[in-house]
Amino acid sequence: MGKRSNEPFLWMLFSAGGVAAALLIPIHLFLFGLAFPLGWLEAPGYDGLLALVRHPVTRLYLFVLCTLGLFHWAHRFRYTLYDGLQIKHLNEIINTLCYGGAILGTVVAAYLILGIA
Amino acid sequence: MAETITLEITRYHPERDEEPGLQSYEVPLRKDWVVLDALNYVKDKVDGSLSFRWSCRMGICGSCGMMVNGAPKLTCATFLSDYAPGPIRVAPLDNFPVIRDLVVDISDFLVKLSRAKPWLIRDHEKPLAEGEYLQTPEELETYKQFSMCINCMLCYAACPVYGLDPLFSGPAAIALAQRYNMDSRDQGSSQRLDILSHSDGIWGCTFVGECTQVCPKNVDPAGAIQQYKLTATKEWMKSFLMPWRGGA
Amino acid sequence: MASSIQHPPRPYPPRVSTYWWLGRWPYLKFILREVSSIFVAWFVVLTLLQISALSRGPAEYLGFEVWLRRPVVIALNAVSFFFVVFHAVTWFNLAPKAMVIRLGGKRVPSLLIAAPNYLAWLAASAAVAWIVLRG
Repeated sequence: MGKRSNEPFLWMLFSAGGVAAALLIPIHLFLFGLAFPLGWLEAPGYDGLLALVRHPVTRLYLFVLCTLGLFHWAHRFRYTLYDGLQIKHLNEIINTLCYGGAILGTVVAAYLILGIA
Repeated sequence: MAETITLEITRYHPERDEEPGLQSYEVPLRKDWVVLDALNYVKDKVDGSLSFRWSCRMGICGSCGMMVNGAPKLTCATFLSDYAPGPIRVAPLDNFPVIRDLVVDISDFLVKLSRAKPWLIRDHEKPLAEGEYLQTPEELETYKQFSMCINCMLCYAACPVYGLDPLFSGPAAIALAQRYNMDSRDQGSSQRLDILSHSDGIWGCTFVGECTQVCPKNVDPAGAIQQYKLTATKEWMKSFLMPWRGGA
Repeated sequence: MASSIQHPPRPYPPRVSTYWWLGRWPYLKFILREVSSIFVAWFVVLTLLQISALSRGPAEYLGFEVWLRRPVVIALNAVSFFFVVFHAVTWFNLAPKAMVIRLGGKRVPSLLIAAPNYLAWLAASAAVAWIVLRG
């Protein structure tokens, strides 16, 4: 039995992140990045939005969306650097920056989303 | 239609050239001629020193793969008239070392192919007296597409990851591993998993998908690789969640 | 043969150009698809900025909304929107390749597996929009 690779686990995270990103990010970005700032649709008021975000289900939803999105980015960006810039020999640095970045982002997300008063 | 067309062919003689160069040849433009016919015309009538591989000239042996205007093609299936008025650049297959002219060193592919164990593996061979293995049409259908591979290596020339990552097994090897994994007579999936999944043989694939686009036999190696990633992931989860399962 | 020196075979090594991905349109499309992941990460950053602003009070959040209206930010978010939609479309079209589903002995064609994904996309988007807009 050869050495166990951890790639399957990372690929699974990438795939889950890809599904979540595909299904949910377009509408989020459309609403908060374009429709509300440009006035195409009426933005929710501060109080309503805060109440929505404080709800435990929303907290979990946003935390999972952010985490999966970050790990999707980490895996895909890692391979883009390998193949696009041909720097696979720097793979230790690249892996640390990508997955480390995702872990850091997850911690920040946890602090902000789960900890919001 | 014009009378002739120009072929710009890569020439490389290692004993005299530092690097490959181009040489132009004018060949008759016959509407039923393929690039292979033009190459044989050059070798017969113009320049006998031109070297290239070919055999069946009907798209089944997999010998005549070359780059035609930057795309990997079987030269026996690529018509000159489709490229008129030309010129047509004919070069050796990408991502392989060039031995001479249009002939490439395919040993890396052969090593990776044999590592995928593309043969039926049995825990116990069934004795002849017990009769033949029976397989339903449905069971055949699960792997038949992947069995169509003629080892022409066009997919290897099209795959940027194969060109960049020495560990990557490549499309055909993985598709053929999957062909045997899916065969109901085979019992060797875990052996192949060891070699392909655990030594990073498949994980370099980023699903560019060009391998499937260039395959002359519709094998769909990209599909085979993604299926294999899913299988490997399921196996990983089983070994992670149920480590007491004896290794097969 | 003039030379009596044995030349070992010197195969010319293959080399991949740094700009291999510009060589053919399918490769460029692939790299654009991969680059979409950067905009996925940007979305996460944007969301975390938004939540941080929310948590610091109405004045802060108003400042955030004003920042969102800056032309540079709108442009960035417009480009991001294009890329995340590109990601979604390529994802739904390609994901069926990994899943072999058989019904009655024949393989279900990719289109029939992709279609439910698109429907799910529509449903999820409608659900999110409804929850956010009802205020």
